[in-house]
Amino acid sequence: MNRYLIPLFVMIAMISFLLLGLGDGRDPSKLPSQYIGKPAPDFNLPMLTDLSRTLSTSTLKGQVSLVNIWATWCVGCRVEHGFLMELANSETIPIYAINWRDNRSDALNFLGQLGNPYIASGFDRDGRVGIDWGVYGAPETFLINNKGIVVYRFTGPLNRIFWEQEFVPRIAEIEN
Amino acid sequence: MIPEIGHFALILALSLAVCQGVLPLVGAHRDDKALMSVARSTSFGQLFFVMISFGCLIWVFINDDFSVLYVASNSQLSLPTPYKISAVWSAHEGSLLMWILILAIWTAAVAKFNPGIPQKLISRVIGVLGLLSVGFLLFILLTSNPFERLIPAALDGADLNPLLQDPGLVIHPPILYIGYVGFSVAFAFAIAAMISGELDQNWARWTRPWTTLAWLFLTIGIALGSWWAYYELGWGGWWFWDPVENASFMPWLIGTALIHSLAVTERRGLFKSWTLLLAITAFSLSLLGTFLVRSGIIVSVHAFATDPTRGFFILAFLAIVVIGALLLYAWRAPALDSNVGFSPLSRETFLLLNNVLLVIATTLVLFGTLAPLIVEILNGGKISIGAPWFEIAFLIPMIPLVLLLGLGMHTAWRKQSSGPWIRLLRLPAIAAVVIGVALPLMFYERVNLLLIIGCGSAAWIVISSLIQPVRSWSQKKGTAGITRSALGMSIAHLGMGLFVIGVTITSAFGIESDRAMRIGESLEVAGLQFEFRELREVQGPNYKAIEGVLEIRDGGEFIGIVRPQKRQYLVQKNWMTEAGIHPTWNKDLFVALGDEIGDDTWSVRIQYKPMIRFIWIGAFIMAVGGLVTLTDRRYRKVVI
Repeated sequence: MNRYLIPLFVMIAMISFLLLGLGDGRDPSKLPSQYIGKPAPDFNLPMLTDLSRTLSTSTLKGQVSLVNIWATWCVGCRVEHGFLMELANSETIPIYAINWRDNRSDALNFLGQLGNPYIASGFDRDGRVGIDWGVYGAPETFLINNKGIVVYRFTGPLNRIFWEQEFVPRIAEIEN
Repeated sequence: MIPEIGHFALILALSLAVCQGVLPLVGAHRDDKALMSVARSTSFGQLFFVMISFGCLIWVFINDDFSVLYVASNSQLSLPTPYKISAVWSAHEGSLLMWILILAIWTAAVAKFNPGIPQKLISRVIGVLGLLSVGFLLFILLTSNPFERLIPAALDGADLNPLLQDPGLVIHPPILYIGYVGFSVAFAFAIAAMISGELDQNWARWTRPWTTLAWLFLTIGIALGSWWAYYELGWGGWWFWDPVENASFMPWLIGTALIHSLAVTERRGLFKSWTLLLAITAFSLSLLGTFLVRSGIIVSVHAFATDPTRGFFILAFLAIVVIGALLLYAWRAPALDSNVGFSPLSRETFLLLNNVLLVIATTLVLFGTLAPLIVEILNGGKISIGAPWFEIAFLIPMIPLVLLLGLGMHTAWRKQSSGPWIRLLRLPAIAAVVIGVALPLMFYERVNLLLIIGCGSAAWIVISSLIQPVRSWSQKKGTAGITRSALGMSIAHLGMGLFVIGVTITSAFGIESDRAMRIGESLEVAGLQFEFRELREVQGPNYKAIEGVLEIRDGGEFIGIVRPQKRQYLVQKNWMTEAGIHPTWNKDLFVALGDEIGDDTWSVRIQYKPMIRFIWIGAFIMAVGGLVTLTDRRYRKVVI
């Protein structure tokens, strides 16, 4: 084969992948999750602030809650942090978190400096729970209903507009 | 009225771009001088109308015309005027218009400054640039019109994202775009050469300054972005391996490889097809970056609002441009490669290794950026690749690169005899190892293998870049004893050395400390005393802020005062951290204000960042080196 054709084939392969990525109508901020409509994947993680206590699936049951996946190395998490603080202060909904693939002291510093919007953060150092949850990239936010079922998944930095568009109607629906 | 004029000017620019993209190419093919001369006038005409359009968009922003959708979404009455102007390029539509403006400026510059370039070649170059312009103008007119009206008009706008209300962000995007778009000139030269099937050493001499100019702007643009992230995002990092940062970094890596490969093509007539491939790749990666940012295919802080039709449009454009270019390449490149040999110990060998390592580095970054997407498409599984992966993967090609850099600079073209080479480099090499061990031990009292490699290779680059200029000065020849090209190369490499020092020392010896501080309390971090003097409220033009005042002392000696702020912007109501930084040449003292924990007690993050300025100073010096090579005499001469 003509070696001068190799770049062409590489490029065609890459463009086809990108086309597939666009073609299935996926929008990264509305990524489907294979767990939507199913119970939240089981997990049992030490709490970030106190490793002797744990955060697990059973904690989430009996209430409508958010589970936010975050890390200090993630710029988007820093961007949405202000809004999460607002949400936590308004006491609309309990926010739990999975601190994902992070360094514990960095994470504690982050919360210490910027404020802690979470009732509890599970510490998922090696990212195993993240895999179970099908996490694509931090930040992600899952809406869990009172039976512990995943209702909605949001990827990317959360803000007020998305909150009102995507979360508020779904929460109202659960509560009815 | 003004928005409609802007819109209409874009349509006129499109018609001129079509003429510019078709007539000169036909003219060059038929050897028709009249048709070829259209290239110059149409490129100036296109620039004129794009400038009118851009001016109209600035005008509607300054005059708060909220009947324009784009203004209503990205500006606000109380926004300070400089930010109203920078809001023009803060979102998709306006930044695309800026992209088009910059492409038109590059094209007009090529049409104006081309001493000695044959009319056929320059007509083809301008023709290709015209075709690219057609693509972008169609894109903006069909999918992203910045002048779209909002009826009824909004009373006030939704405000510019506060993260972007910063001087760094006013200039970062234009400079980055000048670099990004500038690679289209090298691309057009490559296409023009492939259309004619002729590529000689003169071609490389004509292409080089344009490529270097684009590269130096990209260097400054990336450095500015990194500097902004450092002081604005509030926790002291300077590079995050975010997909969009990577999208600007990949063209830089390939552009760097291209500059070096062009040197070989110009001096020795070698690597011709390889140079063409790099020129195509550099611009393709710029287009890929645009696609990643604007299609919504990835999640990033930089990503613009998502719209699938835009994604399809850019992807189709990317496919036409790149596949067309690579078909042409597969047809023409085989005839261009010559069989002139070079000895294994020669500058050619080192530049080849430079290219291989830079391409490996680019591939790793590309892999890390796209892998999550590809895996998901293939089997629906999810993986994620974060900064730790990139940091390790990137070191693998970079360590040999910086070591070889010092060797390559002092190796002759064709063949270098090893005796004098070893005699010249023996002392610098020993000195570099000694410094690599001594520098961290003396100043920071700790050393390990990675530090020796980092400091040693930085010292190695610095010393070996200085050999030539110092020798020229010591022989009392001043700048006469060294060509501007060689001087520029030495300066750029010196910048690289300073950059490596900055990265190594900052990551090894940076100190971060998060504490609760009561007003009046004093803390010690990195041997310095930080006293929390007072807390006050500050009113900005469109925000209110809480400002801490901290005094820094070293023992009894007063060092400085920093004023970290927490700002709340009045329209979007979000809080922004504005770090207080006390910079000196060899360290930054960085204080960010957290939350109020109790009565008069605040969480405060204090960071000691030794040598961090060297990261940006190094990048800036690299760009200065590029600028110096542009002043080389041979670029002004008509024929060698």
